[in-house]
Amino acid sequence: MRLKQISERLSLQPVNATEEMLSADVTGGYISDLLSDVMANAERGTLWITLQTHENIVAVAVLKELAGVVIVNGRRPSEEAVEKALQEGVPLFVTPLSGFEVAGRLYMLFHAEEIQG
Amino acid sequence: MSSHRQIKEGSFHILGGDFANAGEASTSIKRELLEMGVEEDTIRRVSIATFEAEMNIIIYATAGIIRYTITPEEVIIIAEDMGPGIEDIELAMQEGYSTAPDWVREMGWGAGMGLPNMKKNSDVFKIDSVVGEGTRVDMIIKRRRNETEADQ
Ligand SMILES: Nc1ncnc2c1ncn2[C@@H]1O[C@H](COP(=O)(O)OP(=O)(O)O)[C@@H](O)[C@H]1O
Ligand SMILES: [Mg+2]
Repeated sequence: MRLKQISERLSLQPVNATEEMLSADVTGGYISDLLSDVMANAERGTLWITLQTHENIVAVAVLKELAGVVIVNGRRPSEEAVEKALQEGVPLFVTPLSGFEVAGRLYMLFHAEEIQG
Repeated sequence: MSSHRQIKEGSFHILGGDFANAGEASTSIKRELLEMGVEEDTIRRVSIATFEAEMNIIIYATAGIIRYTITPEEVIIIAEDMGPGIEDIELAMQEGYSTAPDWVREMGWGAGMGLPNMKKNSDVFKIDSVVGEGTRVDMIIKRRRNETEADQ
C-alpha cells in the first residue's frame, strides 16, 4: 500500500513529505517508543508509530529503512528532527490520534478482510 | 573484477553526549556497504550492531572511535572509548539492565538492549573494559552470500 493512501485514510498530517516520498510502498506497521526495540524488531518498509519527537528517530528510520515515522498524541517533531528528516528523505507525520488509534486503523487497512470475516 | 574482492576500511570519531550527530558513523558505514553491493542481511546486522555501539559511546563515554573493515568474507567493527568502563560485564550483558539516566530513557534509549542486540547480530562478539579507563567492543559479522552473488 502506498504511503500517500495510508496518510489520507488515517488523516495523518505530513510534516515534510514530498510527492516522491509519498509514493513509497508500505509493508506494515510497528509501534514502539524504545529505540533499541525498533532497531532490533522493526522490519524494513514499515511505518513506525511513536511518541518520540527528537532527531534520533530519523537515524533509526534511515538505518532500518522504515517507510516513515508517525508521531502521535499531537506531539511535534523537534526542529532538528525535521531538518534531519528533510536531509535524509524520511517522511514524518503528526496526528492528534493516540498510538492505539493509529495502529488500529493501520492494521484495519492491511487486514480488513480477515477482520470482517 | 567483482567488488567483493575489495577491502575497505575507515574510522569515525564519536563524542560523548553528542546526541545531535548520533547515527552518523553507522549511517556512513551502511552507505559504504550499500555502495560495495554487500548483501542485505549483512548490512542489516552491521547497522544494528554499529548503531548500538555508537549510542553507548555517546551515552556513557567521554569520547570514542569506531573502526570498520569490510572484506569479501566479513565486516569487522571495533568500538573503543575513553570512559567510565563497565564494572560487571556479565550484568551489563543482561537484557533489560541499564544505568542510563532518566532523561536518556525519556528519549527511548536505556532499554538495556544495546549489548544483547550487538551480540545477537554478530558472529564474533568480544567486550573488554577497564573501570575508569574505557571499553572496547570487537564484532565480526560474517558475510553469508547467496549463490548468485558468490558467482559474480
Ligand atoms: N561504552 C560503555 N561505557 C560504559 N558503560 C557502558 C558502555 N556500554 C554499555 N555500558 C553499560 O552497560 C549497560 C547496558 O548497556 P546496553 O545493553 O547498551 O543498554 P543501555 O544502553 O540501554 O543501558 C549500560 O546501561 C551501561 O551501564
Ligand atoms: Mg546501549
